[in-house]
Amino acid sequence: MNKWILTIVLSLTISTVVAQQSNEASGFNNETSVAENYQFADEQQRQLFLTLTAELRCPLCQNQNIADSDAMIAHDMRRKVYQLIQQGNDEQQVLEFMKSRYGDFVHYQPPITPYTVWLWLLPVLFAVFALVMITRKQRLPETTDIAAKLAHADELLKREE
Amino acid sequence: MSKNLRFALPAALFMVMILFLGFGLFSDPRERDSMALGKPLPAFELPDLYNSERLYTPQDFTGNVTILNVWGVWCVTCAVELPYLTALKEQYGVKFVGLYYDQDLDPDFGTKTLARVRNEVTSMLNRLGNPYQYQIFDVVRDYSLDLGVTGAPEHFLIDRNGNIRLHHIGDINERVWTHKIKPVYDQLTAENNPAVINE
Repeated sequence: MNKWILTIVLSLTISTVVAQQSNEASGFNNETSVAENYQFADEQQRQLFLTLTAELRCPLCQNQNIADSDAMIAHDMRRKVYQLIQQGNDEQQVLEFMKSRYGDFVHYQPPITPYTVWLWLLPVLFAVFALVMITRKQRLPETTDIAAKLAHADELLKREE
Repeated sequence: MSKNLRFALPAALFMVMILFLGFGLFSDPRERDSMALGKPLPAFELPDLYNSERLYTPQDFTGNVTILNVWGVWCVTCAVELPYLTALKEQYGVKFVGLYYDQDLDPDFGTKTLARVRNEVTSMLNRLGNPYQYQIFDVVRDYSLDLGVTGAPEHFLIDRNGNIRLHHIGDINERVWTHKIKPVYDQLTAENNPAVINE
């Protein structure tokens, strides 16, 4: 059983490492391409722009942020983000602006609602359930078997007598 | 744990999962209603496509049931639906208003002049039919963003009080009209219709 657990843990680690690497790769991509069309007053605004375009999701494409996408809507949203930053809005205000138009879909960090909470709960519940099942299954047959064997042995002994 | 339960529990979980995945398989991931749905039109003041002096506001939508059609000559599906929209206008008297936006008049890398855009629109409408009572020109495409538009064509069904009552992404064809739009359209035209109330 230990072997199994080890395999699962290992495969999970590997997939998160791969995911992190690909995130870093796309993050690097953003730096070079997205912000160069826009002029920023200071580095802080530029960073805010990069953060926002990375965490806002293109509503037309299925899984691309607006920094990566070349769809017209992504162009428009980048320009709007830029305008909003220029007008002095902070990160939360820009996110609210986009969410009020395109819904929660547009942000890569979904809010926790009665519907979405299961995304976090289900895996944990499943793991706990599985753990309970595994430990239970291994204990039960042993004890009953030993008891049965003892009873059987006793019976045999009695018969011998 | 009883034997029955040991069989029933995984079976039930399996069925739930099958249903969940089945719904996922047949659902359209692009189907997302605009957040503007059920609300009044967001505020705007935009010029007529052909006359920059004439400005429209949401007030222009009160009094009539309108279908606001977001489109552009660069959009292939829009060209496909134009003849059908024109037929709807002629057959049922549906009031279509265009919300025109152009890709190449892009503030980021625009190359076209307004005169050229007008020419292109006119020639396309002459060729394929003109369903529009008038067209609003979304100059920097801000208004499309306010409406939650993701592409073209998109349609917003607007009631007499200027509220958005239905949002349709994609073209209107016979099937979409009969099954999705017409029922709501008929209901809206019957709703506080001055002609009916007077009777």
